[in-house]
Amino acid sequence: MGLKTPLYDTHVSQGAKIIDFGGWDLPLSFGSQLEEHHAVRRDAGMFDVSHMCIIDLKGARAREYLRYLLANDVAKLTFPGQALYSCMLLPAGGVIDDLIVYFMTESWFRLVVNAGTRHKDLAWLREHAAPFGVGVTERTDLAMLAVQGPHAIAKTVPLLSPARRATALAIARFSGAALDSWFVARTGYTGEDGFEIMLPAQDAASTWQALLRQGIKPAGLGARDTLRLEAGMNLYGNDMDQEHHPLESGLAWTVAFDPETREFIGRAAVERARRESGDVLVGLVLEERGVLRKSQPVSAAGEPSADAQRASPALGEVTSGTFSPTLNRAIALARVPRGTGPRVLVDIRGKPHTARVVKPPFVRNGKILIQI
Amino acid sequence: MSDIPDDLHYTRSHEWVRELQNGQVEVGITHHAQEALGDLVFVEVPQVARRVTAGEACAVVESVKAASDVYSPVSGRIIAGNNELAQRPELLNQDPYAAGWMFRVELDASAPGGALLTAAEYAQYLDEAD
Repeated sequence: MGLKTPLYDTHVSQGAKIIDFGGWDLPLSFGSQLEEHHAVRRDAGMFDVSHMCIIDLKGARAREYLRYLLANDVAKLTFPGQALYSCMLLPAGGVIDDLIVYFMTESWFRLVVNAGTRHKDLAWLREHAAPFGVGVTERTDLAMLAVQGPHAIAKTVPLLSPARRATALAIARFSGAALDSWFVARTGYTGEDGFEIMLPAQDAASTWQALLRQGIKPAGLGARDTLRLEAGMNLYGNDMDQEHHPLESGLAWTVAFDPETREFIGRAAVERARRESGDVLVGLVLEERGVLRKSQPVSAAGEPSADAQRASPALGEVTSGTFSPTLNRAIALARVPRGTGPRVLVDIRGKPHTARVVKPPFVRNGKILIQI
Repeated sequence: MSDIPDDLHYTRSHEWVRELQNGQVEVGITHHAQEALGDLVFVEVPQVARRVTAGEACAVVESVKAASDVYSPVSGRIIAGNNELAQRPELLNQDPYAAGWMFRVELDASAPGGALLTAAEYAQYLDEAD
């Protein structure tokens, strides 16, 4: 028996197939994973993401603390509700976790971190909080729903009190607002527009049912994974981990090197890595039938005529792979040496398959962004 | 509730076997198997003329979430593979016992047929596994 979100009984009563995910019993799907995926790309779907860990950081020096703790710079956050994606690094540059930080007030920032990393994250946050006098509180009293898709916002807003609806519709991308008992953010993990809603755990089941009545389709972890991978978004533990620095994980854009005067944990290591030509994370599109999966070896493709089918020693490997329902072919993220491409061979069950190297994302806002 | 036709035989690895004429059989995966795997997106059937031994992995089905081997329930020679599945893997979900058949085997004369489960035995096996 694993940990359960406040919606567990609701999911079971709605016929969800439940699996263990990092110690949590969560819905894999409610029927067809492909239909759930398409519902999010074309209309609106919702995910119970209450397993994710919400942490409030409070104290007069909260911003200063986060500027030291995170690789991205919370100085970029200028108005309440604004969000920033960042990695939290070890001194050697490995990624402890990726997270979203919300600026609530000058003395209150909110983090959303991964479920599977909560204990080490909380320990790390607390270890560094004391010198800054920052209080670290896990908000286990809150549930979290992600409502995603081109019609997600329009279908969600009627659940708010009339006075709040205009505010909800005015929330800018990658920011949020406190509305009624909810904190509503225009963020997500699907590549579609939508809201992530943090709300009192006791309201989660009734809100889920109300969203269901709005015609929003329940979706599980299966669709969440295919959606995020199409959107070119990393999964912690697959595409990033403590053994790799952000530049090897496609996350250079999240490291704020400027201003040079800002000291943050991991800075020296990442700056060293920046001067070397190391591995990078790329997108792959399989040009043959088959499915790309995590850990498949990736090697250089030879001359097409001569030895395309003869694999050379592995250059790297697939970090996340799946069948893309939108592209109707297999896609992946893979860690390979910089400059690899334009084609590679991926070893699928001992046989080389040709894949094209592309720049993620594969799909955003319902549109295919790569050539297929 | 799983659909388990009475006129077929089954394996504990969730393949079904239909007896055709002249010592030939047709093989696929059960309703339970396709349901457990979820939406299937890739199928690889064995090459015609390949010799297979009962229990040997000879085909692959992949759902969105994972790949699974399909084992030949019998020993013999592959005489046909369902190539339609390459284009339409969803047939395995929609119609696992008919349009979703995977391959046909001409049995070895010496092949023992005793290891397969009847429909009732397979139903009981699924109950016990739950």
